Amino acid sequence: MSGGIWVVGEADAAGALTKLSGEVATAARALGEAGGQEVTGVVVAADPDGAAASLATFLPAVLAVRAPEAADRPAAAVVAARIVALAAAAQQPPAYVVLGASPDGRDLAGILSVLLEIGVLVNATELAWGQATGSVPAGPRVEMQPFGGRVLTSSGFTGERGIILLRPNMVTAEPLAAPGSVEGRTPGDVVDLPPVRVVERVTTESAGASIEEARVIVAGGRGVGGPDGFTGLRELAGLLGGAVGATRAAVDAGWIPYASQIGQTGKTVKPAVYLAFGVSGAIQHKVGMHAAETIIAVNRDPDAPIGEFADLFVIADLAAVVPALAAALRARIG
Amino acid sequence: MRIVVLVKPVPDPGEERLGDDGRVDRSVTAVINGNDEYVLEAALKLVEAGGGEVTLLSMSPAGITDPVRKALAMGATRAVVVSDPALAGACSWSTTQVLAAALRTLEFDLVLAGADTSDGGGGIVAAGVATLLDLPYLSYARRIEPRDGGVRVERLSADGYDVLDASLPAVVVGTQLLGEPRYPSLRGIMGARSKEIAIRSLADLGCGDRPIGGAHATTALLGTRLPAPRGSGRVVRDQDPVAAASAIIDFLVERRAL
Repeated sequence: MSGGIWVVGEADAAGALTKLSGEVATAARALGEAGGQEVTGVVVAADPDGAAASLATFLPAVLAVRAPEAADRPAAAVVAARIVALAAAAQQPPAYVVLGASPDGRDLAGILSVLLEIGVLVNATELAWGQATGSVPAGPRVEMQPFGGRVLTSSGFTGERGIILLRPNMVTAEPLAAPGSVEGRTPGDVVDLPPVRVVERVTTESAGASIEEARVIVAGGRGVGGPDGFTGLRELAGLLGGAVGATRAAVDAGWIPYASQIGQTGKTVKPAVYLAFGVSGAIQHKVGMHAAETIIAVNRDPDAPIGEFADLFVIADLAAVVPALAAALRARIG
Repeated sequence: MRIVVLVKPVPDPGEERLGDDGRVDRSVTAVINGNDEYVLEAALKLVEAGGGEVTLLSMSPAGITDPVRKALAMGATRAVVVSDPALAGACSWSTTQVLAAALRTLEFDLVLAGADTSDGGGGIVAAGVATLLDLPYLSYARRIEPRDGGVRVERLSADGYDVLDASLPAVVVGTQLLGEPRYPSLRGIMGARSKEIAIRSLADLGCGDRPIGGAHATTALLGTRLPAPRGSGRVVRDQDPVAAASAIIDFLVERRAL
């Protein structure tokens, strides 16, 4: 009766499956087991084979769809058109589509919501299967943490269909004992969405330590004082084997690129350790990092909001603490 | 260029709360969503450079217009607010349908929207609006410029940006990299008082009979709870830098992070 759960895997610029896609597949697999739903992976790309094989390490069955125009079109429109065609051609369209809450995932969810006429639950932090309650049928229960995690909400779909966007770093990707199958598909009747042409792909940042994948993040805010202040933080991050993050204030000031921004309009992270220097802990920043396992904050201001949720709150001048900490770490490492 | 900017009134960040009905409490002070201010700034700059006008389009079940008035004070020409009690509790699918219906009543070359909203919105509505209107969709813009009768957008990517071209009309979603929004001038604030804010109901948009609004929501809130407390944090104060540094290292060791 149900068309099961589809997981859309995302390929990066090099054609590899994104880390988030492995997390999404793992969460959807658990959801399918709990709800008795088949889970199928789908990868749509100019050359989907590599990413599809990677997705099949997490899921029993993966469809690889070759879309030559993906090379010079934004991904979401290309993927959406194929997903809709696959759904139309399937014996049963998917009941639920689970995507990563990446930029492309959000775009795809918006397009699919309209084309498949189904609702979307965004920014999921946890997925579970729930029994029918009131007017809401049995189906996925989606936990979200709106308002910077000050409240946790559980939501469901009012019908037996829906799209779920899972935030990065909420689930640890766990491969299957044996990889699943990959099957090529070429759906017909692909809708043509209005053309947008990729004229050029420009690389401005090295694909160095990504803050979304780092175990340790050393973050700086307005209190860092300027671009030079981030030099000390980079050294600390290097010593701790981590990456450097920043608040919007530091990014807006031009001290560090946007790619390092954590928070509402930046990235969501969940490192083992989050070391925050001169970060006030404003709600817009907190929303992106409050899931860190351990939060250590250094701030001159004893009233900084970050003091309320840091595990260790050091009230001190970071300009003096950063070099002292670097020296102590160097001495430790020897 | 005629530009429509989608603006969402959101609770002042930090003040958000859920009401007894589990919906976002809209009675707290509302402001324009942060990302929407960045795209409004971009719209105003485009119009200042090449002529045209900026229309704000907003949706508010309760007809809240204060945040829209502030956006008018920044320099927009006029505003349209879709207001209807039936919209209370509307899901993103309904919102998409309503904004698309409202846009069908307006003339424009470009629709701009912010990348996401601070009240828990997922940044998915604009993509749906573009799809419903069958318009090119360009997102996560760090730069927007008119080009050869079309639009060129630099879209943020994982390691840089993609340069995208499309014809007009088009829907573009922008980020904070478009540049800091201006503060309304005193003259702007005075002038905004007499600017038009047209209120439209669902019936005005021809949506009166459609399954749109809170009663037809595709999603439902089932419960809320408070997060588990992190445990009381430890505070280190009045220490010299070396002692403060070793307190951090001791803590890292204790947490098995070193």
